[in-house]
Formats: sequence, structure tokens, C-alpha cells
Amino acid sequence: MLAEEGEGYTPPGSGDFKLPPIIENLEWFTKPYLMALISVVILVAFFYFAARKPTMVPSRLQFAGEGIYGFVRRDLARDIIGSKDFLKFLPLIFSLFIFIALNNVFGIIPFIQFPTMSLIGFPIALTLIVWVVYNWVGIRRQGPIGYFKNMMFPPGVPSWVYILLAPLELVSTVFVRPLTLSLRLFANMFAGHLLLIVFILGGEYMLLEGEGLVKVLSIGAFAMGIVMTFFELLVQVLQAYIFALLTALYIAGAMSEEH
Amino acid sequence: MDTLLVVRAAGEDPNPLVPHIAEIIVGLIAFGILYYFVAKFVVPRFEKSFAERTEAIEGGLAKAEVAQAEAAAALEQYQAQLADARGEAGQIREEARAQGAAILAEMRQQAQAESDRLVANAQSQIEAERAAAVASLHAEVGTLASQLAEKIVGESLSDDERQQRVIDRFIADLESQPSGQDA
Repeated sequence: MLAEEGEGYTPPGSGDFKLPPIIENLEWFTKPYLMALISVVILVAFFYFAARKPTMVPSRLQFAGEGIYGFVRRDLARDIIGSKDFLKFLPLIFSLFIFIALNNVFGIIPFIQFPTMSLIGFPIALTLIVWVVYNWVGIRRQGPIGYFKNMMFPPGVPSWVYILLAPLELVSTVFVRPLTLSLRLFANMFAGHLLLIVFILGGEYMLLEGEGLVKVLSIGAFAMGIVMTFFELLVQVLQAYIFALLTALYIAGAMSEEH
Repeated sequence: MDTLLVVRAAGEDPNPLVPHIAEIIVGLIAFGILYYFVAKFVVPRFEKSFAERTEAIEGGLAKAEVAQAEAAAALEQYQAQLADARGEAGQIREEARAQGAAILAEMRQQAQAESDRLVANAQSQIEAERAAAVASLHAEVGTLASQLAEKIVGESLSDDERQQRVIDRFIADLESQPSGQDA
């Protein structure tokens, strides 16, 4: 119905995630690349000033930095990996959390409004690191044979179950884990951004191109866009939390002999 | 609209599941920089700060415990001192009371002695005065009586011995009278 007017309504699609290059002749360098780099600059600056001169009674900035750090340290690293070994992996888990959280929240920050992690290459990059780390930790801890043996043949199971269990565990740990880890993050950000585009660009189209009642109804679309923006904030932080949490769990699993 | 979406998805739109290598590389580099900074700067600083704070709190607790023990010891000492002082005060009070009682008894005794002495003095004085009075009366009455008798009898009782005997008898009679007044 709407499509008949003028050039018509173009529904949002994956094409909306392909942005034009910022610098001419540098085809691949688009907004999300710049955002990923800017996020590092922001995080380094923030935590530099927060941790520069740590004092017994923290300043407001130090308090904020320590708040985030203390949360990741306590809830994600220490409680899952255990107080003996967590400190070695704390930088990784903390970096993952703040990097993903900020890049996700970019999706709703005005004028930026694009989640870096909705381009699957970024989640894949992070997943690669996690995958290498937890497998490497497992092999270091239990030896190459012990690692795969403990993974595929967990004790306490009737031996005939191993026929099914062994290949499942191998596939799950080595192939499915990284796949789901990166896809979960990517898909959440991709879908969330798409959702916001649908409501906001749809509302805009209704307001500009629609007639009468349709113009009025655009209010509903914008309202939903705003509601979904706040919902997205929750999802964005939650996904960063889940990614860091699963990283900690995978490392903890690789460290312990038993599954 | 549906057909349009299908056409787009099938045609010009890129497959979102196919990563660009550049994304992975930039992602790795960006994250690598962040990781390096976090591992070299943020974590050591915050860990140091956390450790210092923990130490400060624990040290503070230990200090507080020591102070508490000291305060308890001081309190005990004060209480002991107080009890000592109280006992001493009681003792002093007791002594004072005993001393007071002794002084009082002594004073009473002295007063009693004094009064006894005064009474005795007075009595002996009275006795002496009475004796003197009796003696003087004795002589005077004798003289008067003899003069009277001399006048009445008209005869001089010159004989001293007889005179004295008469007077003595007279006085004895006076004294032995049942209704007679005291001398």
C-alpha cells in the first residue's frame, strides 16, 4: 500500500549494516571500525584517569572505575574461576566486558547509534581469543591427552553412554561453544539495531509520506522506538555480561579436571 | 512488501553472517590494545589499591582490638584502685569513729572526775563550815547559858570543871531532844 507511493517504503535489511567508507579510497574503513578504535580510546582514557592515582578514599572517578572493576572481579572472575587462579584471567574477562559493553551501548548513543558487534567479524575476533585461551589453558593444565580425555570421557557415566557422549562433548566444546558465543552476541546486536531502525525509520516514513491518520499513528512508532531503545540498553549490557560470564565459565571448566 | 523484502534479501543485501576479514583484524587489534592497557595498568593499580584497602581495614581492626584490650585493662585497674580506695576510706572512717568514741569516753570520764571532785570539795567545805559553826555555837551557847544561869542562880559557877560538865550535859540534852532542830 505504502510502497505504491513515490519510490516507496524500503524495509530495513542487512544492507543497512553496510555503511559507506569514511575516507575515500579506503573502502573497508567504515563507521564501526572507527567506533571500535574510539571505544578503546575512551576506555583507556577513562580507566587511566580512574586508576592513575588510586587512593584509600576514592575520588568519584576512581569509585566509578573500581565499581565496574570490582563487579567483574568478584562476580565474573573470582566466584567462577576461584580465588587461586582468577587474577591471571581477570584482565581478559574485564577487557572483554568493558569492550563489548561500550561497543554495544554505542548502538543507542545519539549520533553514533550503531552497535559495533552487529558486524559479525567483531564478535568472531573476540571469540577467537576466548577459544584459543580456554583450550590452551585446558591443554596446559591437564596435558593435551588429559584435556581431551576429561572433555570427552567425563567420569561417573556408564561406559556405553560414551558412544554418544564423547563426540557430542568434543563437538560442543571445540566447535559449538565459539559458534554460539559469537552468534549470540552478533544476533542480539543485529536484531536490536534492526528493531530500532524499523520503528524509527518506519515512524519517519509514516510521518513524512503518510496521510491523515497514518501521520498521527507515527507517534506510536516513535514511542515504541524510544521504549525499545531503553530495552536495547538492557540487552546490550546483558550481552556483554553473558559473553564475559561464559568466558569465565569456559576457562573454569578447562582448569578443573572434572567437567 | 513481502516480495520486496525477499527480493532485497536475495539480491543486493549482503549476507550478515559472512565476516569481513578487516572486521576480525581491526577487532583483534583494538581489543589487543585495550587488553594490554588493562593488564599492564588497570588491573595492577586496582589490585594494589584493593590490597592496600584490605590491609588498612584489617590493620585498623587489629589496632582497635589492641585499644579495646588496653581500655579493658585500664578499666580493671581503675576498678581495683577504686575498691582499694573505698576499703581505705572505710578503714579510716572506722578508725575515726573508734578514736572519736575513745575521746568521748575520756572526756566523759574527765568530766565525771571533775564533777566528783567538785562535789567532794563542796561537801568537805560544807562539813568544815558546819564543824566551825558547831564549834562557834558550842562556845557561844555555853557562854550565853552560863551567863544566863549565873544571873538566874546568882551564883558564880567559877569552877571551870563543873561549868564545863554542866554545859556539855546541856548541849547533849539539846541534841538528844527528839523535836530539836538541826545544829
